[in-house]
Amino acid sequence: MLILSLPANATSRLRLAVSSWFLPLFGLASSAQKLPADLADNALPRRELLNEINTLRRENEQLQAGQSQAVAIARENDQLRTLLGWQKQLPWKLKPAKVVARDPANWWHTVQIEFGSRDGARVNLPILTPEGYLVGRISAVNYYTSQVVLVGDPNCRVSVIIDDPVHDMGVLTASGPLDDSVVELGYLSGSANMKSGQNVSTSGLGGIFPKGIPVGKIVDFRTLEFGLDTEARVQLYANLGALEHVWVVFP
Amino acid sequence: MNLFNILLVLAVAFVSIFAETIFDGPRLWLGAQIDLLPVLMVFAALNTNIAGVCLLAFLGGLWFDSLSANPMGITILPLLAVGFPICLRRDLILRDVQFAQVVLGAIASALVPALTLLLLLSGRRDPLVGWGTLWQWVVMIVGGAVAAPLIFIVFGWCNHALGYQPRTETSFRPDRQIRRGRNTMN
Repeated sequence: MLILSLPANATSRLRLAVSSWFLPLFGLASSAQKLPADLADNALPRRELLNEINTLRRENEQLQAGQSQAVAIARENDQLRTLLGWQKQLPWKLKPAKVVARDPANWWHTVQIEFGSRDGARVNLPILTPEGYLVGRISAVNYYTSQVVLVGDPNCRVSVIIDDPVHDMGVLTASGPLDDSVVELGYLSGSANMKSGQNVSTSGLGGIFPKGIPVGKIVDFRTLEFGLDTEARVQLYANLGALEHVWVVFP
Repeated sequence: MNLFNILLVLAVAFVSIFAETIFDGPRLWLGAQIDLLPVLMVFAALNTNIAGVCLLAFLGGLWFDSLSANPMGITILPLLAVGFPICLRRDLILRDVQFAQVVLGAIASALVPALTLLLLLSGRRDPLVGWGTLWQWVVMIVGGAVAAPLIFIVFGWCNHALGYQPRTETSFRPDRQIRRGRNTMN
């Protein structure tokens, strides 16, 4: 009871102190995971490595061409924004992080990432998959690790916009305890004009998630309260059960 | 014997909590992670003393909550609520009978998550609860029931291999032996 009634600051320090006991074990597990990969790398024949280098070189050239085009478009976008008097959009900074642990309790959807305050982590930074789909946000920061609350956890509500002609907006609330790939979408207007398969992305409202991050697609929907309210289910693009590497977004 | 048991239980609790965070198999195949802390609490309550029960509840609860989104210390109370009654009534429990171990493991694995959820909900937290939670609860109960006798067996082996074993007295006494040979008869 004494611990439960501690102030938030003291609780987070206690959490930091206790969770740091596990750091050697995380280090051991990480080394053990690397070992088979290192052995496999050593066993790869030289010809295969050279082929892979050539493939990557070609891919790199294509990406460089695409990037120069994107830079030109971004410059043009900035010029148009200046002409219209809109605020300039800053590009996101992305930093990679590794998922090291999942929540041992069944009633939370959180993971721990190897990215702490020493790497510049702060509470509420958005987290994406390597493909750029929304994963969640940082909810607590330690020196070496951070806790990420995933989309579908009741503590991670996301304001989203549906890719329909009216651009209906709603809030992603919670997933089921068993299936973390489908999330409820609520707070939609009764006249929402949506169809199954339409894309859902972040709206930029709420101040945490930048606008335009792909989240998922509509699975089905139903009207409630005699047509005053609509609820939908969204299939997430990110496979939250198999997260290994993520991007931390610095908007 | 008791101190060795307490240290062994704490070490296993520490490693098992860590393992629950990195091995995702039960969650992927069964839909729920199996928690070994309640079963370890049953073992500690039957084989150590009140100090061991309190230590496991306090440290185990803190370790579990530090890696979870639970408020720090919320798991301590449910673990104590399971450990204390068993420890107080352990003379009435047939601790070496596997059926008793299975039943106690199942009861502890049912009570600890249920009480934790109750505390979370009464503390205006918003855990992920739905009809699927019932299935997760069943998985945790069955997992605890299966794990309980295994833990008792493993700890029995460890005690036998690593713990202090009192030397058994034999009936051999050198001063009572009949001496034979040339110089024995005077």
